[in-house]
Amino acid sequence: MAPPVDARLELEAVRLTALYGRRAVVTDVSILFPAHTVTAVIGPSGCGKSTFLRCLNRMHELSEGGWVTGQVLLDGADIYDPGVDPVRLRRRVGMVFQRPTPFPTMSIHDNVAAGLRVNGRRARTDVDAAVERALRQAALWDEVKDRLRSSALALSGGQQQRLCIARALAPEPEVLLLDEPTASLDPAGTQRIEELCHELKGSYTIVIVTHNLQQAARISDYTAFFYLGELVEVDRTEALFTKPAAERTEAYITGRFG
Amino acid sequence: MSARRVRRRLVSALMTGVVGALSLLAVLALVLILGHLAVKGATSLDWSFFTRNPVPVGESGGGVANAIVGTAIIVGLASLIGLPVGIGAGLYLAEFGSGRLGWIVRFVADVLNGTPSIVVGIFAWTWLVKPMGHFSALAGSVALAVLMVPMLARTTEEMVRLVPHSLREAALALGYPRWRTSLRIVARTALAGIVTGCLVGVARIAGETAPLLFTALGNLNFTTDLMQPMQALSLQIYQYATGPFEEWHRLAWAAAIVLMGLVLLLGVAARWAIRQRHGAAR
Repeated sequence: MAPPVDARLELEAVRLTALYGRRAVVTDVSILFPAHTVTAVIGPSGCGKSTFLRCLNRMHELSEGGWVTGQVLLDGADIYDPGVDPVRLRRRVGMVFQRPTPFPTMSIHDNVAAGLRVNGRRARTDVDAAVERALRQAALWDEVKDRLRSSALALSGGQQQRLCIARALAPEPEVLLLDEPTASLDPAGTQRIEELCHELKGSYTIVIVTHNLQQAARISDYTAFFYLGELVEVDRTEALFTKPAAERTEAYITGRFG
Repeated sequence: MSARRVRRRLVSALMTGVVGALSLLAVLALVLILGHLAVKGATSLDWSFFTRNPVPVGESGGGVANAIVGTAIIVGLASLIGLPVGIGAGLYLAEFGSGRLGWIVRFVADVLNGTPSIVVGIFAWTWLVKPMGHFSALAGSVALAVLMVPMLARTTEEMVRLVPHSLREAALALGYPRWRTSLRIVARTALAGIVTGCLVGVARIAGETAPLLFTALGNLNFTTDLMQPMQALSLQIYQYATGPFEEWHRLAWAAAIVLMGLVLLLGVAARWAIRQRHGAAR
């Protein structure tokens, strides 16, 4: 029985262009991320995948000279509307980066609680329960439940990355953006995170940038191929990998370039 | 082939020896100073040295309680003024200092950093002592604070800049407002480094003499009044060491030990703060 589809989780980019100064690095991208799906964004280095992802939670505009045109609709409302506070928006769209970024001065518990506290949730039992829930979701609870007060830096790289996922999940965002989350992990750590994506899409809409085509094939429902800042093709993952419509897509997935 | 290997080893051994000797030389200076101080002054260090005030010339005994308390007050007040300003400026430079204003502040700080401390003293005299009509501990503290601010601003900036950009982004992506990211994540992460910078800064000004010469002036009596001339250890050393009496020279050596000990203590505390940071990183 599939859980009911929550339309609030739907994310859509409409004619999105991302620029640094006058230089466009993502050009005129329109794409729909249906609720409760995993979409993989693939493409060669420097094709604008990460920049595109950073437009979806308004992180791009924090880079020097970064700005966008077009729209990004979350639950039908444009996140670039002047009335939208980017700080509040980022609490609804969680993000995990390529390298684990635990806050070094905080304990494991406080790392996960960081996004809750900033959201105004302070009641002790409430925070503790949310921290446990997030750590369980990130499949890290059993490994850390006895040392929640110790430093997050004591964890292994893979654990740190799952901690960062837990930290992103704790405030219960609607969308989860993953920017090459397994790039610095070993195969075992990678597998844990891939399994996580499967489990998490019941509650979230997930967009994952990856360099690893096998990974995209394994974990995603949809795959989008970016090249030179343009969205070349997006389709159901199986279709894209077996019968790509565009020649460039075929060339890339068969390893002829990129 | 083999000749080249021998040559390489010889050169390596020679260079290792040279840098080793140079580093010994560097340490030797400190060891000599400490040793000399111990020999000359240690015998004068007794309870009354710490608890009594100076006695009139001719009498023997007496202590430097007034100077110890004076140094604590003057340096404490200077820190109270200088630390917030310096740290605040450093945070500003690191977080928002990429523009023109940042460039100007950085340039001024660097120039001020290189300004001889006696020049700062002259300015403190012009701005504070002269209008007020008398020397005062307050003027001394202000002079020392002025010396401290640029040093602190630059070290704080460096420490904050060492915090990886990825941490900042992680906090922003979690929905942290910018100011909260700066304080809760970036400054917290750099805290051990900033504290170390503060301790080194305090140690630096604790030993300053020139800026106090025409601000705090010195005082043979015990006082805690900020508006009055006040004695400081460095001033006391200067006055006693340049005076004509054997007894004064003896006290100058002892005061030098106390001042050196104070600075060393701050240095050790700074070391400890650094260790705390690396301890947390393990």
